[in-house]
Parts: sequence; C-alpha cells; structure tokens
Amino acid sequence: MRRLMLMLGLILSALPAFAVQPGEILKDPALEARARALSVELRCLVCQSQSIDDSDATIAHDLRVLVRERLQAGDSDEAVKAFLVDRYGEYVLLRPRLTWHTIVLWGAPPALLLVGGVLAFGLFRRRRATAATELTQDEQARVEALLAREE
Amino acid sequence: MIVEIGHYALVLALALALAGGTLPFWGALRGDVRLMAVASTTAVAQFLLVALSFAVLTYAYVVSDFSVQNVVENSHSLKPLLYKVSGVWGNHEGSMLLWVLILVLFGALVAMFSENLPLKLKALVLSVQSWISAAFLLFVLIASNPFLRLDPAPLQGRDLNPLLQDVGLAIHPPLLYLGYVGCSISFAFAIAALIDGRIDAAWARWVRPWTLTAWCFLTLGIAMGSYWAYYELGWGGWWFWDPVENASFMPWLAATALLHSAIVMEKREALKIWTILLAILTFSLSLLGTFLVRSGVLTSVHAFATDPTRGIFILCILCVFIGGAFSLFAARAGSLGQGGLFAPISREGALVLNNLLLTAACATVFVGTLYPLALEALTGEKISVGAPFFDMTFGPMMVPLLIAVPFGPFLAWKRGDIVAAGQRLLFAFGAAMTVVVIGLALMGTPSALALFGIALAVWLMVGALSEIGFRTKLGRVSLAESWRRGAGLPRSAWGTTVAHFGIGVTVLGIIASTAWNSETILTLKPGETVTVGSRVLTMDGFVPISGGTYTGTSVRFTVREGGNVVATMEPEKRLYSVQNMPTTEAAIKTFGFSQLYVSLGDISADGSTVVRVYWKTLVALIWLGALVMTAGGVLSLSDRRLRVGAPKPARRSVPLPAE
Repeated sequence: MRRLMLMLGLILSALPAFAVQPGEILKDPALEARARALSVELRCLVCQSQSIDDSDATIAHDLRVLVRERLQAGDSDEAVKAFLVDRYGEYVLLRPRLTWHTIVLWGAPPALLLVGGVLAFGLFRRRRATAATELTQDEQARVEALLAREE
Repeated sequence: MIVEIGHYALVLALALALAGGTLPFWGALRGDVRLMAVASTTAVAQFLLVALSFAVLTYAYVVSDFSVQNVVENSHSLKPLLYKVSGVWGNHEGSMLLWVLILVLFGALVAMFSENLPLKLKALVLSVQSWISAAFLLFVLIASNPFLRLDPAPLQGRDLNPLLQDVGLAIHPPLLYLGYVGCSISFAFAIAALIDGRIDAAWARWVRPWTLTAWCFLTLGIAMGSYWAYYELGWGGWWFWDPVENASFMPWLAATALLHSAIVMEKREALKIWTILLAILTFSLSLLGTFLVRSGVLTSVHAFATDPTRGIFILCILCVFIGGAFSLFAARAGSLGQGGLFAPISREGALVLNNLLLTAACATVFVGTLYPLALEALTGEKISVGAPFFDMTFGPMMVPLLIAVPFGPFLAWKRGDIVAAGQRLLFAFGAAMTVVVIGLALMGTPSALALFGIALAVWLMVGALSEIGFRTKLGRVSLAESWRRGAGLPRSAWGTTVAHFGIGVTVLGIIASTAWNSETILTLKPGETVTVGSRVLTMDGFVPISGGTYTGTSVRFTVREGGNVVATMEPEKRLYSVQNMPTTEAAIKTFGFSQLYVSLGDISADGSTVVRVYWKTLVALIWLGALVMTAGGVLSLSDRRLRVGAPKPARRSVPLPAE
C-alpha cells in the first residue's frame, strides 16, 4: 500500500483537481483577478507540484480563502505573499525569491547561456584564426603541383 | 509453474547479458572475429528471453493469478481486459520490466538491421548495450522482482490506481520508454566510438536514424502524457513543470539538440566532440529521469531516505554509467580531432545556435528540477520551484530559438548569406505582420505578448513552408514543374519542413489557448443553463453509471448554438470502490481545433452541482503540432540516405587536417 501511495504521489497529487469553488469567488472582479494571479504563484502545500489555483485539497481551499481575505483587507500582493511565507515558509512560493539560498538557481540559466555563448564564440574565433593562416609560397607550389598531377 | 518460467527466463537473460557484454568486447579489443560475432546472437537471445518473461507476467495479469504478489497489488479480476494488460506496466516492478524489454529490443534491432556496420563497431555497441541491460536486469531481479509469489494467495486483488485505468495511460509509458530507452543506442554508439578512438561522418549517419526513432517516440510519449493530464485532471491544464514531466522533457531537449548536431557531423565532420558529449548527456538524462521517477526521491528527500534500496541501486547504475562515460570522454575526446571549418553565419553556425539554446534550456530545466532536492539535502531548507520560475527562465530562451528556426535551412554550409536568407523569408515575415494587423483590427488590443506569440507561430509555419517553396521554385515556374521538383527533393528536406511547421502549430495552440481561454465556475441545477461564447449549455439531469470496478454519476448537458443542438456532453464523477477513490472524468467536445471542456465538482443533495466550463481556443493544436513534428521525424527517417542498409559512402582516406 505504501508503494501504491508513493506511486500515486509521483504521478500526480492524490485527488482529481477541482480548484476554485463558486462560493470563493469575490464580487469585485479586479480583486478576484489579483487573487487568481496570486494563487497561481502559491503552492498547495500537500500536493506534488500544484498551485492552490489548481488543487482541490482542503489546504488549497483554505489558502485561497485566506488570500482573498487579505486582499479584501487591503493588503498588497507582496504583503499577502510575505504573510504566507511567515506562516508556511518559502516552500509556499512557486517562484522562489532571490536570496542567497536561491542565487545559484536564478543565476544558473543566464550564466549557462553566457558560458555556452563564450564557448561557441571561441569556436569561431579559433577557427577563423586557423582559416586565416595562409600557405607559404613553398606550400602553394606543392599544392599546385599536386593538383596538376591529379588532372 | 508458468510464472517461474518467466522468472527463470529473466535470470537466463542476465547471464546472456553478462556474456554479451564481455566476450564481444574482448573480441573487439583483440580483433577476434568469432568472439565479436557472439554480440548479435546474445542480443537477439536476450530480447527473446525478456519478451518471454514479459509475456508471462502479462499472462499472470490476464488470468488474475493472485498467487503473484505484483498482480495482487495492482490488479482486480473485474477490471476490463485492457487495464489488466496495461496494469502490467502501471506499477514499479512491471514498468521496470518493460524498460528492460525495450532496452533489449533496441539491442536486437541493432543486431539484426545493421549488416553494413563494421564488425568491430557493432560488437562494441552491442557490448555497451549488454552492460546496460545486465545492470537493469540485476536491478529487476534483486530489487524489484515482479515474479515473487504470495502464499496463501488472496481471493481478490487490490486493483490498479483508478487514475491509471485509462487508455491514455495504457499507451503513454510504452511510448515514453521507447523514447527514453531508445537514447541508449546513441549512447552505446558514442561509447563504442570513444573506445575505438575513431569517429567520422559515417558514424553520424549510423547514429541518426536511431536517435530520430527515439526522438519520435519521446515526442509522442510526452504529447500523450500531456493530453492525458489535460483530460484526466479536470481543470484543463496541460503542462505543470512537474518533476516527472521535466524528467521526460530534459532527454527530449537533449535529443533534439543531438539530432541537429549529428547533421553537422554527418555533412561537415564538425562538432564531433560535442555530438559525442550530447549522445552521452541524452542517455544520462534518461537514466536520471528513471532515477527521479522510480526512486521516490521526488516526493521528498526524506521519503527516499526511509526506503532507499531501490533508489540507491538505480543511483549506483547511474553513477557507474554516467561517471564511466564521462571519464572515458575526458580521456579520449581530445584524440577525436576537429572537423571542417565554418563561418558564424552558416548552416553550421545556425545549428550551433540551436544547440546552444536547447542545451541551455535543458540545463535550466535540470537546475530547476533538482535545485530544491539539493538545497533540502544540503541545508534542510525547503523551497518550491514551479511553473512561474520556468515561465520566466525557459520561456525567454525559446523565443530567440524559435525566431531563428526558419533561417537555418536557408543558410548555406560553411558560409551563409543572412541577407539573402532574410529576403527569402520576406513572405513569412509579411504573413506574420499581416496576422498582427488583423489581430489588432479584430480584437482591439489583446495582450501584446499574445499577439507576438501568434506572429511567432505564423512566422514558424510560413517560414518552414518557404523553404520548400523556394527549393521547388513555387510561383516562378509552372506548378507541374514545382511538383516535379518537390517530388525530387530528399525526404529529409520534407522532414525538416514538416517538423519545423509542427513547432509553429504547437506554439499557435499554446498561445491561443492561453490568451483566449474562458473559464466559468458556477453552481447549476437541472434545467439551468450557462452561456459560453456563442454556445449555451443546458444541464439536463443525472445518469447513474457503472463499469469495471467503479460506480458513479454522470451529468448530461446539451450544447446549443443558435437554438440548434450541436452536442451533448456527459462529464462524470466516479468512485472506485476497491481503493475507495473518487475521480472526475471531464467531458470534452472539439469544435474545429478548439475545445469545450466541462468537469464536475461537488454534487449536493438537492441536485445543485458545481460545474466548471472552459472554452479553449485552438487547444488541440498543441498536441496536433507534436504529431506533425513526429510525422516530420518519420519522413526524415524514410530518407534513402538514412535507410538502414543504404550503401555507405566511401570513407575519406585522408582525414581533414585539424589545425
């Protein structure tokens, strides 16, 4: 049974997702849109990798309601996130904040691209240097002799 | 008794794998033809034995032999036959057996269909293949044996996870594994070349069809998995940047890069070292994917630590093969030599850009997938890396790549003319701009990003067709003449066009379904209606359903457009009694390439039901594009040049001087 649970967890988080419920939706469409946008960035803490926007787990429902409550209380998006991080830790954010813990994570993609670019550039420069090396007169003569013999 | 035959066949296959890994290898080093010839025999025999063993396990599932532990844990006598069979690989042990089966299948195919391969290279390739299969056969026998008996046997099984009882999931793993494991062939070729110390254009020509085959299956497998998630999970998402998805996406990105760099190697003998490295990387990522999915490390580092046997076993296989391959690479790569020269603006240059961006994108997915695991293991800190991260990092890398795609085929080898290429693409550029203007006129100003995305998709599609148009002189000579020219083009040229066109189709689907997606969440009672765009859905009522091991309710909706009934839809809620697990089955209706998607939430006692209705514009194109890409791969595979058995080109007697 444990193995089964494990597999289940691996393939997707346990239950079929059925996220936002009709009762949760806020009357103010602007506020609701902000709530939805925020929800996409927040992790359902018990799921494999679903946001609270996608999940029907109880905790996801609670978090969605909480986000809306904070927004109605006049919190900014950042304040809502900070509030949740205080409660649940960085784990709740699907887009990790840039801290010294995540510097490698955020730095890796541009760094890799840069290193790759430099390597590729080096490839061309080295090759151009090779290509530019001209034949000495002696070599030129030998080439011509060889070509003449081929014909 | 029958089950024991399967078990025994597996042990026998292991013995043969060990023999097939050592004897031909020894023979290749000593130049002993008789020992080298052993390779093909053992490869084919391994396949026959593992196939027998797999057939036996399938038989045990079909007849519901509950004296086998694996069958008890994952089957049920009332399950439909299809899911009894697919249940064979719907669990850890069975899926590893399928993994090995496909591995030895590829070995047998190489043994049977490469008569023109030099004997030594063939012996080495098959030896490497045998090492891999020996390692995984050992793993299956020691750590995940599906043939273990249970005494006393229970009367009934525990049924398969309901989410896996689905046609999509029945074919998804075999397709994905054909892709994953198919990458082992290019890996084996790379290792053989490193051992042999020799590599040339012919090598690239032998490797490309195998890579292309694996790539086609991987593309299909990933698309299939994505579509399954889309209709099964009930909220219309189709890609989650879940570690399990990433595990299959990384080898795909690497294999795509490999396909392209192998072209450079075949035509120009350049990028040799890089191509070898990519071949090793691609299979390493497949192994990594197997480790991630099969070890349990993903659920949490701690879950892995509590039952580490399997994980550590696969980790050891991973370390031995990847570590060994990279050591060999480090030792030998320098001796391979450089190939032809080329300017930055050239076909080679374009393919280098392709490789640069694909590899960087692949590395980004790699870092994003493994970083949380590493951080937790090292510091105990838990973070999440989800879709918003990948959207911000992976996305921007794809944009320049996709913009560059149509240019590639227009650039000449060695030294290309970017201005001329641009001129030939003017029509594609014009088409993209026209779409932007029409979009602005029709829809006011939607998001600029959406408009850019649509223009990019059109650029890709028309740009891909432009190449064929140019080569057939379409519009400049008579249609018949163009037709004749088109028919005379190599299949691989058509393959490129079709595959690149497919990317455009997928991009169009992604952008359109994201930008013009409507979502309605509400509570309905029978008789009530909901309007989605020009269509009106009426909830007619409830219908009880039952089948196999579940019972449930479906809700019947009638869809009307302008008063006429255009469709009926029946989303379901099921309860699988054995595992006591509820599932929802969404109802999907396709209109053109767009889809109406209805799924159910809670049903109250008074009949009011929570309903989610989506309209997803052009969403089907996402998967259709993947099919088109695969078709491009298949076309290219049918090219005469790549056909196994095509006469090999005369080997260049004097290698190009390097520097």
